[in-house]
Amino acid sequence: MGIEQFIFYFFALVMVASATMVITVRNPVQAALFLVLTFFSCAIIWMVLEAEFLAIVLVLVYVGAVMVLFLFVVMMLDINIDRMREGFIRYLPFGVLVGLLMAGMLISVVGSVNFGLDKFAEPARHAADYNNTRELGLVLYTKYVYPFEIAAVILLVAIVAAIALTLRRRPTTKYQKPEEQIAVKRDDRIRLVSMNSEKKK
Amino acid sequence: MNFETPNIIPAIPEITLLSLACLILVVDLFVKQENRIITYLLSQASLLIVFLLTLFTFTTETQFTFSNTFVRDSMSDVLKLGVYISVFIVFLYAKDYLRQRDMFKGEFYVLGLFGVLGMMILISAHNLLTIYLGLELLSLSMYAMVAMQRNSKAGSEAAMKYFVLGAIASGMLLYGMSMIYGVTGSLDLAEISQKVAEVSDQKLTIFGMVFLIVGIAFKLGAVPFHMWVPDVYHGAPTSVTLYIASAPKIAAFAMLMRLLVDGLSSLQPHWQDILIILAIASMGIGNIVAIAQGNLKRMLAYSAISHVGFLLLGVLTGQQAGYAASMFYVLSYVLMSLGSFGMIVLLSRKGFEADNLADYKGLNERSPWAAFMMLIFMLSMAGVPPFLGFWAKFAVLKEVVAADSLLWLAVVAVIFSIIGAFYYLRMIKLMYFDKPEDTQAITADLDLKVALSTNSLMVLGLGLLPGGLMALCIAAIAH
Repeated sequence: MGIEQFIFYFFALVMVASATMVITVRNPVQAALFLVLTFFSCAIIWMVLEAEFLAIVLVLVYVGAVMVLFLFVVMMLDINIDRMREGFIRYLPFGVLVGLLMAGMLISVVGSVNFGLDKFAEPARHAADYNNTRELGLVLYTKYVYPFEIAAVILLVAIVAAIALTLRRRPTTKYQKPEEQIAVKRDDRIRLVSMNSEKKK
Repeated sequence: MNFETPNIIPAIPEITLLSLACLILVVDLFVKQENRIITYLLSQASLLIVFLLTLFTFTTETQFTFSNTFVRDSMSDVLKLGVYISVFIVFLYAKDYLRQRDMFKGEFYVLGLFGVLGMMILISAHNLLTIYLGLELLSLSMYAMVAMQRNSKAGSEAAMKYFVLGAIASGMLLYGMSMIYGVTGSLDLAEISQKVAEVSDQKLTIFGMVFLIVGIAFKLGAVPFHMWVPDVYHGAPTSVTLYIASAPKIAAFAMLMRLLVDGLSSLQPHWQDILIILAIASMGIGNIVAIAQGNLKRMLAYSAISHVGFLLLGVLTGQQAGYAASMFYVLSYVLMSLGSFGMIVLLSRKGFEADNLADYKGLNERSPWAAFMMLIFMLSMAGVPPFLGFWAKFAVLKEVVAADSLLWLAVVAVIFSIIGAFYYLRMIKLMYFDKPEDTQAITADLDLKVALSTNSLMVLGLGLLPGGLMALCIAAIAH
């Protein structure tokens, strides 16, 4: 077994194991950390496939940004784990049965019988100076400019939706209005009252 | 690598709508709440502009652009025109409803327009990537619209269900796409179609196809992927239900056509079997469960499921005429669905939702015209001549009968549609023969009344003269 195969099988195994842990561990923080491990193993496998750019982006974006935010959310929310796990045991046999059935069917189709080297030739290896990032850059803004723009619109919709769903203006909240604070004049704050001095008794 | 600037002319409606939607997004920020009508008028104007743009550049030839990720043909143009009209009607119906419930906000219109853009992209997609991205753009807008009424528990629950199930369906679709890509090595639908025809062992392509169909069936709301439909239709504010129940069905039909007919036409015998099962299950469960519903929105949701079953009947014949019949069906269904949900909006008022069947008791005494309009929609949905729904069912059944050895399927479809007639006729009985419980006067603005009357008269008029629309569908599919 070459080093390449070893790396593939090792990280594939780690990926499947950690993905299983994500949905079975009790603690949401641990689940999030296992998800990080899943993404990391996936990145390594992409690296083996000579897709360096995607591998690095996966680590930077998912592990670096998305999962850290996720951890924040998990830590800030007080999630009642016991209530979430209600029914887990009850549905477990059915879930396991369906899962095994699906896995069996997937393996029977996606195995080497159908995707073996005799059916699909081994992809050509790239030369040492092959640059995955450059290749992606060449097609991203030319051949795939239309899908790329749509992806941008999807992100815009996500922003609009997130703001529309979370922004709440409460009229009762007290907050500072700097523009009014700056524009205030002496007369707005101080009232000079001329009073007759009182007589001493 | 040489790069030629793509020809953007065929995509002008998409580009215009995107620019206008972004413009409205910005303008809306500077509009005061009491002048929100400006956002509404701008949204309607932009729909009108893209409608005219598409109409005047209507094409009878197939144009590709953006490295073949975008296609424009007669079918896409007709379906897009259908989308504009139905969303225009949705915005019109929803205006007063939103106003009475403090939901008259710019986001509804902006998200609605972005949803239209997603539908246009989906309808004009010629690449697995564009199909997926268009679908996500549409779905994301709809998830947010369902959740818009934040204080409503049912709305949040519906949005959550819709979002989670939608994400799973997207995952399924993507998995199927990855399989197809793995076998053919291409994302382009024309190349996929060519390569799939050459593959000797179809096991892998069928495997991918099954997952694609799961994704499509979810978006259409076909049994057994229908669980979200009643909950989302019921939980969402009626203004949003109007939106979800109309135009996206057209887009889902386009997706079905693009993926199965344009992409996997050589697998037709295989997808035919799957679609037969989906169609029978949808017509059966949809029509039978609808009988047990006491809520009109839920009843119409199950009726939508059964109509999807009929829609699939035309496509599964694998014939041009069958596709045209299905296209006719989806366009007619959208018109009827808009009308019946529009009736809920018409009878609702501030603090009151007319979504229970009991609210329609004795409608004839309260407003004969409203009852008559509802009568038209219900009879049309049941498929009674001379209304539009009859011709839609007739066209589809005719194609099924014409296909080899599918006569039994047509018989099954007719039986289920007779079962379905029960709950539509019950509605008519409630309106005409029961005593009214609710005696409040029906207050609605003139534009809503006029639009709804036009809608119902269109269902009647197109039912009397269905030839034009049918010819349009046949011509659109043939090109």
